[in-house]
Amino acid sequence: MARKKRKFPQIASASLADIAFLLIIFFIVSTTMDVDTGIYRLLPQWVDNVEAPKINKRNTFVVLINKNNDLQINGEFAQISDIKDRLKEFILNPQDNPNLSEKKEEVIEGIGPFRRSQGIVSLQNDRGTDYGAYMLVQNELVRGINELRDEYAAQRFGMKMNKLNEAQQEAVKKAFPTAISEAEPQEIK
Amino acid sequence: MSKFNPKGGKKEVPAITTASLPDIMFMLLFFFMVSTTLRESELKIKNPNLPFATEITKLEKKSLVCYIFVGSPRKEYTATLGTESRIQLDDNFATVSDIRGYIAGEWEKRDEVDRQKMTVSLKADEKTKMGIITEIKTELRKAEALKINYSARKRLVEIRNN
Repeated sequence: MARKKRKFPQIASASLADIAFLLIIFFIVSTTMDVDTGIYRLLPQWVDNVEAPKINKRNTFVVLINKNNDLQINGEFAQISDIKDRLKEFILNPQDNPNLSEKKEEVIEGIGPFRRSQGIVSLQNDRGTDYGAYMLVQNELVRGINELRDEYAAQRFGMKMNKLNEAQQEAVKKAFPTAISEAEPQEIK
Repeated sequence: MSKFNPKGGKKEVPAITTASLPDIMFMLLFFFMVSTTLRESELKIKNPNLPFATEITKLEKKSLVCYIFVGSPRKEYTATLGTESRIQLDDNFATVSDIRGYIAGEWEKRDEVDRQKMTVSLKADEKTKMGIITEIKTELRKAEALKINYSARKRLVEIRNN
């Protein structure tokens, strides 16, 4: 046999795929793809025993959930699906109804003078209320406010909220703030 | 490449090359590696049934989020703890009074720039009673962790009168 120049054997790459496969399977199994989503809310600063500010009755929109998850709006029984429209009516108050929220003219940067509603939502619940029911109500309230913002943005800037630039979004948010006050839970019959 | 075939024999179908198979696998691998978030803590409560909502936003930076879990304990722990809703912080059961310490610890872990953006994600089961939730909220307010995210799942249909 003639002496050949010895070739360095090629590394077999056939098993490379298998190794990659193994790693893939590991990552597939350990992956949790769930994106965390939820309702954002800014809690109010804690102040030691402060007296509740006096707010005119017409400016409050009281939503009450008792321990059986029944709902009341301003003292009357209501359905969850009513909340959004009742809230919008309360904030907008187009006919200046003296039973709905009062509006005051304010100058908002980026919008100019605007008759902003002084209304505040007061969300009250019992210690025995289900978190799920509470979240349903929270969601409806936020939905109402978001719709108000969207409608106003469309009317003022001709675009929906999410298409506006940041300064405009801030201005619209100022015009329709998320004014939800959450009282300490109490025993509600 | 010539059309002239000197052997005149049957043409063989060339074997499909598997040389690029590893590359494809690696591409998939990288995809999963990038999109993976390894579960950080073991849940000692039952996986909470999060409430549904439509007006939800995504939590953007996971490193700025700390979690509070609320729900009934897993089967292994029901013998000692019962089925009442419990709070879990990190890997352990906790009480409402532990929250302030936990928030302070999380606060310490982060840079000064990020501290203001720290968000608390409240992952609570929808069957939880509001009593415990309110206590948690009060503690968070006292701990000055005011940014809160009520964790919820996306619901596509609007609710109607039941």
